[in-house]
Amino acid sequence: MFNNIQEFYNTLPVMIVAAGVLIATTIEMYSKKSENILSWFSILVFLSSGFYSLFTLDARSVVLQNMLATGGYVNIFYFIFTFSAAIICFLSIDYLKKYDAYFGEYYILMQTSVLGMMLMAGAKDLFMIFLGLEVMSVSFYVLAGINRKRLTATESALKYFLLGAFATGFIVYGIALIYGTAQSTSFEVITTKFSELSNNLLFLTGVLLFLIGFSFKIAAFPFHMWVPDVYQGAPSTVAGLFSTAGKAAAFSAIIVSLFVLFTSGAMRIITPYLSVISVLSMFFGSIVAIAQTNIKRMLAYSSISHAGYLIIGLAASNTEGIAGIIFYLAAYSFMNLGAFGIVSIIEGKEETNLELNSFRGLGIRQPLLAALLSLFMFSLAGIPPFAGFFGKYYIFIAAIEAKLTWLAILGVLSSVISVYFYLRLVVLMYFYDSSEQISIERSSTGLLAVFISAIIVVLLGLLPGSLLNLIISYL
Amino acid sequence: MENSLLLTYLILLPLIGAFALLFINKEKASAIRNTGLFFSAITFILSLFVYFGFDHSSSDFQFVHKFEWIKGLNVYYFVGVDGLSLLLVLLTTFLTPLTLISSWSSIEHKIKEFTFFMLLLETGMIGVFVSLDLFLFYIFWEAMLIPMYFIIGIWGGKERIYAAIKFFLYTMFGSLLMLVAIVWLAVYASGSLGYFTTDITQLYKVAPTISRDIQLWMFLAFGLSFAIKVPLFPLHTWLPDAHVQAPTAGSVILAGVLLKMGTYGLLRFNLPLFPDASLYFAPYFSVLAVIGIIYGALVAMVQTDMKKLVAYSSVSHLGFVVLGIFAMTQESVQGAVIQMINHGLSTGALFLLVGVIYERTHTREIADYGGIAKLVPFFAFSLMFASLSSIGLPGLNGFVGEFLILLGSFKSGVLNSWWFTVFAASGVIFAAVYLLWMYQRVVFGEVKNPSLVGLKDMNVREIFVMIPIFIFIVWIGIYPSTFLKISEKTSAKIIHQVFNPEQTVEKLINKR
Repeated sequence: MFNNIQEFYNTLPVMIVAAGVLIATTIEMYSKKSENILSWFSILVFLSSGFYSLFTLDARSVVLQNMLATGGYVNIFYFIFTFSAAIICFLSIDYLKKYDAYFGEYYILMQTSVLGMMLMAGAKDLFMIFLGLEVMSVSFYVLAGINRKRLTATESALKYFLLGAFATGFIVYGIALIYGTAQSTSFEVITTKFSELSNNLLFLTGVLLFLIGFSFKIAAFPFHMWVPDVYQGAPSTVAGLFSTAGKAAAFSAIIVSLFVLFTSGAMRIITPYLSVISVLSMFFGSIVAIAQTNIKRMLAYSSISHAGYLIIGLAASNTEGIAGIIFYLAAYSFMNLGAFGIVSIIEGKEETNLELNSFRGLGIRQPLLAALLSLFMFSLAGIPPFAGFFGKYYIFIAAIEAKLTWLAILGVLSSVISVYFYLRLVVLMYFYDSSEQISIERSSTGLLAVFISAIIVVLLGLLPGSLLNLIISYL
Repeated sequence: MENSLLLTYLILLPLIGAFALLFINKEKASAIRNTGLFFSAITFILSLFVYFGFDHSSSDFQFVHKFEWIKGLNVYYFVGVDGLSLLLVLLTTFLTPLTLISSWSSIEHKIKEFTFFMLLLETGMIGVFVSLDLFLFYIFWEAMLIPMYFIIGIWGGKERIYAAIKFFLYTMFGSLLMLVAIVWLAVYASGSLGYFTTDITQLYKVAPTISRDIQLWMFLAFGLSFAIKVPLFPLHTWLPDAHVQAPTAGSVILAGVLLKMGTYGLLRFNLPLFPDASLYFAPYFSVLAVIGIIYGALVAMVQTDMKKLVAYSSVSHLGFVVLGIFAMTQESVQGAVIQMINHGLSTGALFLLVGVIYERTHTREIADYGGIAKLVPFFAFSLMFASLSSIGLPGLNGFVGEFLILLGSFKSGVLNSWWFTVFAASGVIFAAVYLLWMYQRVVFGEVKNPSLVGLKDMNVREIFVMIPIFIFIVWIGIYPSTFLKISEKTSAKIIHQVFNPEQTVEKLINKR
């Protein structure tokens, strides 16, 4: 397994979460007050794993018989996953109380899903990706329906499960074809054999099927249809996790599996496919989002369009593209977490207050929440000086360097469309007043979580270099 | 070039002021107003240091401050001023405290937020004018939209929401295309310089080597966003909406400074970066400018709302500036620069005065007035003064700018036709018509409207706002060289850059 103790240390971020799952299960079994203990315990697990991975960026190695990579940008992904999950835990504490919907498995599943994400980001082998993907997805299916008292949650979980399983089918079929032609599932072997394989139609079909499967997972058009329903039906905190860490994990899997193809320029073969998918996702997401009246659905469609921007980075298939995607994912995770966080605080006991009209006049009644939500909206719309802008900027650089200027221009046009619906929320909060008051349950931990997200969004906006340099130096 | 941090202080001071406001209780209205005024006044005083330390005899960027900001992107925090930006920075720092004073009684709710956004806006505006890195420029350019959007949307008139969204989407659309062009330029620069850069001083050398076909596209990408901001006909439709709906302070800043960002951008970026394309497009942009001059004037003439009239007059006046820029002679560019300042002062004054009277009567309809000369003599005098300045009466500021522009466009080899001058000159006459006609209907005659009886004249605070503006209006009119000499070297340099882009080693290599 490990050749030396150092390698073990390198895998600690994963190990901490894995151990966390086991300990949490034990606590759940024996303690009656597991809700309180587990929430703080998971936060502790996530934060320690997150900070540990941040401080051991240099610990680059490949462990477990060439199955798992550690250090470098893998750790940056670890940080994004665990930190997002920690923020979700903060939000969940009061959220679950509000609905009286605590079930023992909630925090445990949160940890298993993060474990799955970490395996995907660090994978050096198609099997590892598949393992991670399934660990994450199965946890997500259950999490989506965790509030089993509600019908919508059950529907959401079922939809997610059926379509997720469908996507998994594509991925497995793709892996089978890749294995059949390359006689290996190891990225290293596939990479070295790539030049001879690149003319093999079966191999390329495999790669394409693999990508299609992941298009489901990253919610790209035309494989997005589960997204709005699932986000709307799932608890807001969980939807926040799907759209941030979950999406980042799916992208990490694409990046780690195709990374070498990117840098060798061989990705060019699928650039047309990716470009089309990206344009369709951006425009479909932005345009349909305009018509939404429910904030969770609006955020769901906006996440489809953000997937489109991220795919521009893939289509560019150069190192700037990869760095751009990682930066974008970090930025997107925290701004979306902030948005979902505020939604989870604001939504009422009966899942009311989710219509956009409930946000009327929020600027007067809840100045802090409204100001923070506006900040996240401006960032999502890609307006400087917030994090979202730099993500887009860097993705555009990648596109233009790859001579895909037209794609950058279309991205820009779609951004303008998206500005409209992001601003609409700001308009409702500040420019209108409403006679009916919505009741908002106080949540200090929730507010703290949103506040942390906001600080990260602003810091990444003002000092994007700090993260960008890290990413670039480890590519 | 004593203090290189001076410009950074200028950018930061209003920002610090804005954040200081957050710690003041929102009930304490006067404390909030005083804090806002204090910080903007200090900013103005500090900008005078820049003025007095500025070396007129040089066309170089001065008070330069540069440090690496985003390492991975090669983005520098790089600020500096030349004659062009100095004048606009002074205009900004001069107008901001005055507008804050003017909104003393007109803004009664959410004073804290209002002052906060005004200060943020000032930071953004100063940042736009002093940025010497395209990336930094873009950040300020976009970031400034947010406070303006709120100012129109929260404190504006009945249709404020429509106006705010339209303003935001129009500008955003233009500027995002500029973003793509900026990135393209930076990537192009990495081809010839060997490193990715958005540093303007570097791009000035590299960009002119771009082939003409691509220059045309780049020029349009930059030009569109600036033309929207100016606004150049036919992209002006957001302006009347935004102006009319915005509160007085917003209109003053919008007309006084924000529109100048468009013309500033044309001078700072389009002409020097894409000289071939500039020469190609000069006649087209000039035609649009002339159409704007006449169209704006004609539409202004038929307005029944005073504020709308002033708003359309902006379209007309800015047409002059654009014509001056694209005539590309020393006189016309100098005229354009001074006219940018003039328009800020005259139209700013007009908007302030419309605000003053609106606050008292809550109507801006010209038909509701008449004969107020006897009731509010000082107001009548001020309105006369501002109108005459806007018309371009010799001896006042507007004349100097318009004269230089007309002279320059007449001589212009680029335009090579005196028709531009003829049509533009007719705009001067139209301006006299619509402004004097408005003046006559509002101020002279008998007081027909009974609700006007008892109208109070301008108070000390309002007079205090007007006086400094009037001083500058007369100063520029009588002794323009104080201001012309600031931008003289810069204008000459810009024209030189168009006709003789610096022959760099890279260019020679590319041509081979």
